[in-house]
Amino acid sequence: MTIFVHELRNQQRVFWRNKESAVFIFVFPPMLFLLLGAVYDGDIDGVPAVDRLLVGILGYGCANTALAGLAITLVLRREAGILKRLRATPLPPATYIAAVLASTLLVFALQMAATVALGLVLYDANAPESWAALVPVLLLGAIAFAGLGVGLASLIRSAEGASAVVNLVVLPMAFLSGSFGSTGGYPAFLQAISDVLPLTYLIDLVEAAYIRGETLVDDPRAVAVLVGWGLAGLLVATKRFGWEPRER
Amino acid sequence: MSVQPAIRVRGLVKSYGGVEAVRGIDFDVLPGEVFGLLGPNGAGKTTTVEILEGYRPRDAGEVSVLGVDPWRGSSEHRERIGVVLQHSELPATLSVREVHRMFAGYYRAPRAVDEVIELVGLEDKADARVKTLSGGQKRRLDLGVALVGDPELVFLDEPTTGFDPSARRTAWDLVRSLRSLGKTILLTTHYLDEAQQLADRVAVIRAGELIRIGTPRELIADAPQVEIRYREDGREVVLSTDEPTRVLAELTGRALAAGRELEGLEVRRATLEDVYLGLVDEERG
Repeated sequence: MTIFVHELRNQQRVFWRNKESAVFIFVFPPMLFLLLGAVYDGDIDGVPAVDRLLVGILGYGCANTALAGLAITLVLRREAGILKRLRATPLPPATYIAAVLASTLLVFALQMAATVALGLVLYDANAPESWAALVPVLLLGAIAFAGLGVGLASLIRSAEGASAVVNLVVLPMAFLSGSFGSTGGYPAFLQAISDVLPLTYLIDLVEAAYIRGETLVDDPRAVAVLVGWGLAGLLVATKRFGWEPRER
Repeated sequence: MSVQPAIRVRGLVKSYGGVEAVRGIDFDVLPGEVFGLLGPNGAGKTTTVEILEGYRPRDAGEVSVLGVDPWRGSSEHRERIGVVLQHSELPATLSVREVHRMFAGYYRAPRAVDEVIELVGLEDKADARVKTLSGGQKRRLDLGVALVGDPELVFLDEPTTGFDPSARRTAWDLVRSLRSLGKTILLTTHYLDEAQQLADRVAVIRAGELIRIGTPRELIADAPQVEIRYREDGREVVLSTDEPTRVLAELTGRALAAGRELEGLEVRRATLEDVYLGLVDEERG
C-alpha cells in the first residue's frame, strides 16, 4: 500500500510538472466548454443548451483524459525507456499500472469538478440532478476509456506518432458522439458510426444522470457497450502491451 | 572452500528471428569482482546482460544471478540488483533529487538520497531538472538511481559510450569507488582501455561466442607482442611475432646478403587495441 501511495505521488508530480501535457489533458476540455458555451444558447434536444454542452464535454473530458492522455503518456514513457527501467526495480508492474490509473482518475475528477463549476458560475448551468447517479457513470466511463487507452498505447509504435494517432481517434469520435452538440441532424451514415462508438453511450449515460438523475441500472445496454469496449481495449493490451521501446 | 559465484552462466543461447545473437557462452562472476564483457557492437553483449537482468528469457543454457533464475526474478530479487541500461531516460521535469527519491521509494532499505547524489558527483545539480543535465550528468544520474537501492550487484551496459575523455575518467573513478564498496559489477563495453582500466577479468565476445576470458594482463600476454612492418616490391609486409629478435635478425640478414634495403622498416610493440582487434578479427583474417 505504501509503495502504491508513493507511486501515485510520483505520478501526480510528473503530471502537473509537465506543463504541455497538463494543459492538453487537463485544461483543454474546460477550455472548449468555455468557448462553445459562449456561443450556444436556447435548447438542444429539449434541454438547455449549456447543460447539454456540459454533458457532452464531461464525456469528451473522459475520452481526452483516460484514453488520449493515458495512451500518449504510456507510449512516450515506453519509447523513452522509462517503463523498461522501472521493470528492473522492485516496484511491481501491477502496482505501477494501478498508480497510473488512479492518477488519471484523480486528474479526471478534478477536471470534471472544474468544468461543472465553470458552468454553474459563468453560464448559469443547472447543477446535476443527482451527484449519486453522475459519479458512478463518470467512474465507469473513465475505467472503460482507460482500458481503451492502454489498448491503443499497445498499438502505437512510435513516440512521434502517438499524439497524431490518438487525436485521429479521439477528436472525430467526440464530434460523432455529440460531445459538442446534438447529433440529431447528422446524416444517417454518420449516425450509424455514432451508434457503435463508446463515447455515444457514455454521453447518453451522463445526460441521463445529469439531467434526469437516472442511474447506471436504468440503461444496462449502454453500460454493456461501454464495458465491452473497455474489455476489448484490455484484451488488446494483454496481447500487445510492451514495457520496452518498439523503435531502434 | 569454494566461493559461490554472483553470476553463473552455462551454455547460454538466445536467437532473435532465427539469428543466434548468443551462441552458447559460459562464465562466472565472483562476488566483489568487476567483470567486463568486451566486444564490438552487435557481438551479443547487451543480449547477454539483458538476460541476466531478467528482461528476456533464454533459449537454452543455465543462468543464475545471486542464486536466482533472473527470468523468474521476484521483487525480492530486484531489491538486490542495480541496473544502468544502454538507453533509458528518466522523467525530464523532475529534479535530480526527486528522481532519486522516486527510485528510493521502490526499495525496502534504500541508501540516503543525498549520499548517493554526492557519490555520483551531482551534488551541485541536486535541484536541477533532469532535462537541463548534460549527457554525462544524465549518465551519472542513471548510475545514482541504480545505486539508491544499495544493490549487491550492479549491471552497467556501456556506461561511458559517447563520453568525452575527461567524463570517462570521472566515470571510471566512480566504478572504482563502487568496487571498493564491495559491489559486484558486470560491465559491458566496446572500449578495450575501459575494460583494461576497470575490470578484474574480461571476457571477449565476438558474434555471440566467448572467445577469450582472463585478466587484462593475461589477454595481452596471449597475443603476439611485436609487430614488424616493411615494404618489399612496393607491398606492405606486416609480421606479428613473439620472437622479434630472431625474426629481425633473419630479415636483416637476408636483406644484407641480397644488398637490399628494408624500406620503411618499423618495429613496434602491439598496442592493446591491436590485441583486441586481432582477437575480434581472428576468424576473418
